[in-house]
Amino acid sequence: MTVISSEKDVNALTLTFVAEFAAPVDRVWQVWADPRKLERWWGPPTWPATFDRYEFKPGGDVRYHMTGPDGTKAGGWWAITAVEEPHRLEFDDGFADDNGDPVDPSDITHCVVTLEATGSGARMTTVSTFRSAEQLERMAEMGMEEGMRQAMGQIDAILAA
Amino acid sequence: MVVGADDVFHALADATRRDILTRVIRSGQSVSELARAYPMSFAAVQKHVAVLERAALVSKTRRGREQIVHGEVEPLRRMTRLLDGYEALWRQRAAGIEQILEEDEQ
Repeated sequence: MTVISSEKDVNALTLTFVAEFAAPVDRVWQVWADPRKLERWWGPPTWPATFDRYEFKPGGDVRYHMTGPDGTKAGGWWAITAVEEPHRLEFDDGFADDNGDPVDPSDITHCVVTLEATGSGARMTTVSTFRSAEQLERMAEMGMEEGMRQAMGQIDAILAA
Repeated sequence: MVVGADDVFHALADATRRDILTRVIRSGQSVSELARAYPMSFAAVQKHVAVLERAALVSKTRRGREQIVHGEVEPLRRMTRLLDGYEALWRQRAAGIEQILEEDEQ
């Protein structure tokens, strides 16, 4: 896997992330289409995701939860807006309450995923557009937590050497 | 005053406000100077400036009878840090996808 680019636009509140994989487009599509595969990578490493409902089609309803290190559950939902196998997927992602229902249906991050064949595999581009700072803050904290853990691990390794 | 990230989001969600911010980060401008740059009333521009001010994205100083609007970069840096964290998450996700692609091949 190679991260080709990662562009942050503070004004438009988007992150465009491009990575390439040494696998054909169809197989990369499967990590999105198959919820059992998806839940192995969607949550940050310390917040694994479980997909409780997964209707992988336009207009489809998705419910999931992530479980934190102390057992805290963070619920999420998607409203899938486009599925064009195996090249394009679009969905709105938001927070869900304990019943799995949207906390605020307008508080979403829109995500557009495109997959293209390259000479040696597949290129995946994800464009995330934020409408809410809370969502970004929460996800960023979950991501950063793991980043911090890794950094601490590296410091430990340096100190132990 | 505590400025929430949502104030910054709301302030940046409008194209005119983004444009105003870009101008005043380059150099301070009076509200009347800004008002001349847009096809809208002085009051409308003043309103946009007020939204930016609430989000602490701009500050005002007095120059005689005029109020000069200056851009503040710290809230933008904070947003950049948030996006950095989100980028870190996507790097982890891409690494996770790679692992699945490798494992499932075996």
